[in-house]
Amino acid sequence: MKNSNLLIIISFISIVACAQKHKSIVIAEDPTTIDYTTEVVVPKLDIPWGFVFLPDGALLITEKAGKLIHFKDGVKTNIDGLPEVYLRGQGGLMDIELHPNYSENGWLYITYSSSDGEGEGGNTALIRAQLIDTKLTSVERLYKAEPNSKRGQHFGSRIEFDNDGYLYFSIGDRGNRDVNPQDITRDCGKIYRINDDGSIPNNNPFLEFPGAKTAIYSYGHRNPQGMICHPDTGEIWVHEHGPRGGDEINRIKKGKNFGWPLISYGINYSGTSFTDDTYLPGMEQPLFYWVPSIAPSGMAYVTSDVYKDWKNNLLIGSLKFEYLERLVLDNNKVVKREKLLEGMGRVRNVRQGPDGYIYASLESIGILKIVPNKY
Amino acid sequence: MKLLSFVFLIIGIFLMMFFNSSYDTQYTSYKTLKSQSQSKELKESIKRGNTVYSDFCVSCHLPNGNGVNKIYPPLANSDYLEANRYASIKGLKFGLKGKIKVNGVEYNKYMPPMGLSAEEIADVMNYMNHSWGNTFGKIVTVVEVSAIK
Repeated sequence: MKNSNLLIIISFISIVACAQKHKSIVIAEDPTTIDYTTEVVVPKLDIPWGFVFLPDGALLITEKAGKLIHFKDGVKTNIDGLPEVYLRGQGGLMDIELHPNYSENGWLYITYSSSDGEGEGGNTALIRAQLIDTKLTSVERLYKAEPNSKRGQHFGSRIEFDNDGYLYFSIGDRGNRDVNPQDITRDCGKIYRINDDGSIPNNNPFLEFPGAKTAIYSYGHRNPQGMICHPDTGEIWVHEHGPRGGDEINRIKKGKNFGWPLISYGINYSGTSFTDDTYLPGMEQPLFYWVPSIAPSGMAYVTSDVYKDWKNNLLIGSLKFEYLERLVLDNNKVVKREKLLEGMGRVRNVRQGPDGYIYASLESIGILKIVPNKY
Repeated sequence: MKLLSFVFLIIGIFLMMFFNSSYDTQYTSYKTLKSQSQSKELKESIKRGNTVYSDFCVSCHLPNGNGVNKIYPPLANSDYLEANRYASIKGLKFGLKGKIKVNGVEYNKYMPPMGLSAEEIADVMNYMNHSWGNTFGKIVTVVEVSAIK
C-alpha cells in the first residue's frame, strides 16, 4: 500500500515538474536521404537578418549590426544613407523587402530599431527608400513604434506585401508581455497593415476604436519573425517565437486576437507557468505550435519545381537547433517536419529566389543556395 | 487509505512548490549571496546584473547558466569565464567570434554585442562570476570595463 502512495506522489510530482504542456503533434525527423548540396553564394556574414534579390541579380543584405550590403558578382559594397540604428539586444538593422512594383518605382522597405522620439531606449521603425548607386535616397519614415524601451527583446520586424498591395509588418512585445500585446491603444505585440506610402488603409479594423493605434491589423502576438503571403490564397501567415515552448504559425486575420500571453503552449524560461490556458473563446488558435521551441526565424513557401518533393512546403529557419525546417502541409495542417542543413549554423532567413532555388542566410556563414541532385 | 493518499498529495504539492522555486534564478543568486561574505557594492551589482542577464542572456545561456551543449557555451562552472576575464568583458562589449574551448568542448559561433553600457557589462559580469556556484575573482568595475577597447 505504501508503494502505491509513493507512486501516486512520484507521478504527481513528475506531472507538475513537466510544466511543459502538450508536445508538438508532429516531430521533426532527420531526412532519410539528403539529395541536395549547398553552395555559399555570399560568404562571410555575421547576422544576415534579411535579404532581397534585385532585378539585375544583385542581393541586398541587412546585417543586424547596422550594415546594408549590396552584393553582385562576388563584390560586397556598403550602402550609405541608413538612418541611425539603435543597437541593443535583439534589435538592430532587421528586415528588407521590395515593393511589388520595385522595377518601376524603386521603393525598398527596411525595418530597424530606432531611438528616435521620447524616452530612453528604442523601438521598431519602418522606412522606405530608393537605392541610387551606393546610397539610399528619398528616405521616408513610415512608422515608429512607441514608447522607447531599453529592454533587449522582441522587435519583430518582418515585412511582407499581400496581393492587394497592402504592406504588413510585425513588432514584438518588446519584453513587456503583460502590458503591450493585448492593448490595441499601445504598440508592440502586433501585426500592422499600412499602404505602401505609410498611410492607414480606410478599412483597417480599429479605426473607430477610441485611442487605438490604427495601423494595427491583429494583436496578441509575442515576437513574429517570419512572414509570407500565401501564394494561393493571398493570406498573410506569420510565425512567432514562444517562450520555452509555444512557438506558433498563425494565419493572420483582420482584427483578431492571437492570445499572447493569455493563451500559450509555452512556459517561462525558468520552468514556471504563466497561464494554464491554451484555448480561450475569442482568441485564435495557431495553425501549428512547436514544443519544444525551435526559435523560428524567416519563412518561405516553395512554389518552384526545382526540388523533387518540396513544392507547396513551408521552409522555416531554426535559430536554436541550427537547421532549416521543411514542413509539409495537407489542408492547412502540418503533417510532416524534416530537418535540412542540419548543424551548419543558426538559420536567420530563407527565401525562394527568382530562379526558383532556395536561399538561406546562416549566422557566421553567409547566404547558401540549396542545389538539388538531379532527379 | 484514500485520505492518506490525499495527505501525501498535498505534501507532494508543497514539496513541488519549494522545489520549483529553488530553480528560480532569483533564488539561486540569493543563495549565492548568503553563502559568501561580499561587499555591499558587489551585492548590489550582482542584483542589477541578474536583471541584465534575464533580459539579454537568458534565452541562449538559460536560467541555470548551462547553455546548450555545442551551441551556446555554459557560464556555470565555466573554465573559460573563470580564466578569461578580459576576453569575456571584451566579448560582451564588442561581440565574441571564433573558436573558444569551454569545459573541453569547442564552440565556434558568433555572440553579437548586445549594446550594453559599461555599468551593465560590469553588473552582468559580476552576476555570472558569482552565480550557480561560481566564485570567480574580485568585483568587475565600470572603470575596468571602460578601459577595454
